[in-house]
Amino acid sequence: MAPEPPLLTMSGITKSFPGVRALDGVDLDVLTGEVHCLLGQNGAGKSTLIKVLAGAHQPDDGAIGWRGEQVTLRSPIAAMRLGIATIYQELDLVEGLSVAENVYLGHEPTSAGFVVRGKDARASTAALLKRLGHPEIDPGRLVGELSAAHQQIVSMARALSHDVRLIVMDEPSAALDPDEVDNLFRIVGDLTAEGVAVVYISHRLEEIRRIGDRVTVLKDGRAVANGLPAKSTPTREVVALMTGRNVEYVFPPRPGHQDLPEPVLEVQGLSRQGEFESLDLTLRPGEIVGLAGLVGSGRSEILETIYGARKPSTGQVRVDGKQLRPGSVRAAVAAGLGLAPEERKAQALLMLESVTRNVSVSSMSRFSYGGWVDRSAERDAARKATRELSLRPDNPSALIRTLSGGNQQKAVLARWLLRGCRVLLLDEPTRGVDVGARAELYAVIRRLADEGLAVLMVSSEVPEVLGLADRVLVLREGRVVHRAPAQELDEHRVLDLVMEGSPAS
Amino acid sequence: MTQPVSPPRDDTPKLSSKAEPSPWRAVVARADVRTLSLLGVLAVLILIGGITKPDEFLDTRNLQLVLTQASVIGVVTVGMTFVIISGGIDLSVGAIVALASVWATTVATQDFGFTGVLFTAVLVGVGCGLVNGVLIAYGAMVPFIATLAMLASARGLALQITDGNTQVVTIDGILDLGERDSYILGVPPLVLMFAVVTIIGWLVLNRTTFGRRTVAVGGNAEATRLAGIDVRRQRLYLYLLSGLCCGIAAFMLIILSGSGQNTNGNLYELDAIAAAIIGGTLLTGGRGTIVGSVLGVLIFTTITNIFALNNLQSDVQQIAKGAIIVAAVLVQRRTANTT
Repeated sequence: MAPEPPLLTMSGITKSFPGVRALDGVDLDVLTGEVHCLLGQNGAGKSTLIKVLAGAHQPDDGAIGWRGEQVTLRSPIAAMRLGIATIYQELDLVEGLSVAENVYLGHEPTSAGFVVRGKDARASTAALLKRLGHPEIDPGRLVGELSAAHQQIVSMARALSHDVRLIVMDEPSAALDPDEVDNLFRIVGDLTAEGVAVVYISHRLEEIRRIGDRVTVLKDGRAVANGLPAKSTPTREVVALMTGRNVEYVFPPRPGHQDLPEPVLEVQGLSRQGEFESLDLTLRPGEIVGLAGLVGSGRSEILETIYGARKPSTGQVRVDGKQLRPGSVRAAVAAGLGLAPEERKAQALLMLESVTRNVSVSSMSRFSYGGWVDRSAERDAARKATRELSLRPDNPSALIRTLSGGNQQKAVLARWLLRGCRVLLLDEPTRGVDVGARAELYAVIRRLADEGLAVLMVSSEVPEVLGLADRVLVLREGRVVHRAPAQELDEHRVLDLVMEGSPAS
Repeated sequence: MTQPVSPPRDDTPKLSSKAEPSPWRAVVARADVRTLSLLGVLAVLILIGGITKPDEFLDTRNLQLVLTQASVIGVVTVGMTFVIISGGIDLSVGAIVALASVWATTVATQDFGFTGVLFTAVLVGVGCGLVNGVLIAYGAMVPFIATLAMLASARGLALQITDGNTQVVTIDGILDLGERDSYILGVPPLVLMFAVVTIIGWLVLNRTTFGRRTVAVGGNAEATRLAGIDVRRQRLYLYLLSGLCCGIAAFMLIILSGSGQNTNGNLYELDAIAAAIIGGTLLTGGRGTIVGSVLGVLIFTTITNIFALNNLQSDVQQIAKGAIIVAAVLVQRRTANTT
């Protein structure tokens, strides 16, 4: 690279929160025009580091150099003035404002200092969107009406509306389909060609290989590797740095069923207008069936409809041959269904509450007599269920929000275990779960199946579906296009199928 | 059964290991800090009252008066606390108290005697709560709007019934309950009623499935629904409960004033919300305590009393109340951040 000084040098950055040292002397240097990838498990300190960089957190110690000069990023505005823009994973757009209004929020082009020149804002927004490869987004539309992918483009346009030299992207591909990811990479390529540096955070190693120049790996608040070559460092080495282990995924062995009992769940001709069509599916106790498909293929919608959280247009769901009342979660739960939803914090957990209360919430009638709760029975039962899943810490009164993602997921599973659920619906079971903790979760799910549960799982990570499920249904645009035992499929075949003959990337 | 590959155990959060020995105590301690600080405020107020007006404030009759005044709004606050914990709000409590108190004291109702008045007050309260609950739970109306509409209508109806007149109670059984002779060991019956409602409210919130569901709905309604709980029915019950408390409060107010007026319960909604908030109930739902709310009520009532004894006008009282709400919320935010 050129002999010029790095664009950004962060050295010895330390940041503590009550009870945790989130960053412990982290160094990071970013060169002009490079894509610098930041890798690390959840809780490794990535988000704290980028918040320091964005001026949202003040470091307790350490120095930040910007184009050779020492700077203090006292506030997000200070960072933005220097030319540092951050695109957060949780998009921070105002849904009730238009695209252009969002892009220019806080620095609207004005006449006489306060009259917003909306036309100018819309015109330059349109130019930015065109540069980002999405001229079809109307700058006058409300952001709330846009898809997640388009919202991300708007977020990026907002970053570019400033005179930006460094863009931080926090897992930008998480909500995108392969096509959109390709477009994202093209944008990143264009930006770096213009001399803008990108700090790119992702869990997906293959993305880092495709667009990254250098990699910094964080673990437990420390940088365990700085500026590794992104393309030539072996995967094994990167994973080992992140986890301290050598394998990315370990799947439990399949038991090799011979005679499974009669189906417990039968789905016939289930459809929901505009989401998925005529789904047929049977699920036997002891087996794990996986649904593979892209974002928007109707995966989560199918699970939620089976569970009664959405009402089907046609079709029926039977448990033990008895039809479930459509659109009734309570009927589904009463019949023995349980859902571990995709958005764990929003859809499953009571974040202010203890593990016990999160586990017992679906089984209150078992610990209550005339509405009176027997709290020690409740605690004992919850403890038994969480112990069975080796939930850590082994403490039923711990607040659920202090648990790691993997253990929160175990609490959700324990809820259904306690309820005596017989059909478990898992939507992205390892989302937000550390790579290192996934194998344990896979083992738990397999064990539950071996003990007689029927499991229907959905995942956007094809290797996960192929590694964990016995049978796989491949979805494309709301239809099942292929059914096969998992052993007969590989990742390329599945990607071919979900993308309808177009070559898998 | 196959034993899967031995899973790694490296996902224990770093945070919790330190808190391992007795996290229960930590939870209890935190709850206590909040309760203790409220008790502290109350103690300081009593001290101020005792210093500024030693003879009048600590007089038994004055203390009985303070507690009696706290009782009516206190019962309303218990119901309000449930509603707020569930993530809702009930702006109609004052209006329901007014409507229930006038409906229960019409000449026609008083013909049915003591029980007629009591039942009418309770029924009107529950009925208004039912309307609120149905609109909110099954009509998908925002609680703020539905109960605001109830506030307006119930006040209007109360005015229509009384035509602005005070309806005097002529039933001795009711009037007697307000007399000194009926005090039990020096405790006015109204205060006893308040105590009973408080204890029942505490038990329901902390020891029953109803309480659990209330907290769960307020903490995360979607998660509660997906856990298989009937969230809408729970919401309906909560507004019924608030209405029931209003009905009881209306009856207590009838005893206290010996009459029913359409101006009864004026601004009770604000007092009840304020008491719950300074008692530590989250306006966004999911957390709150009956003890905190009751202490909030006692604090407000004590301030009012001290100010009145010191001949300070109600404008000063209002300003002080506002300042206390702000201070209480700021203090709670601080303690929440440091734990």
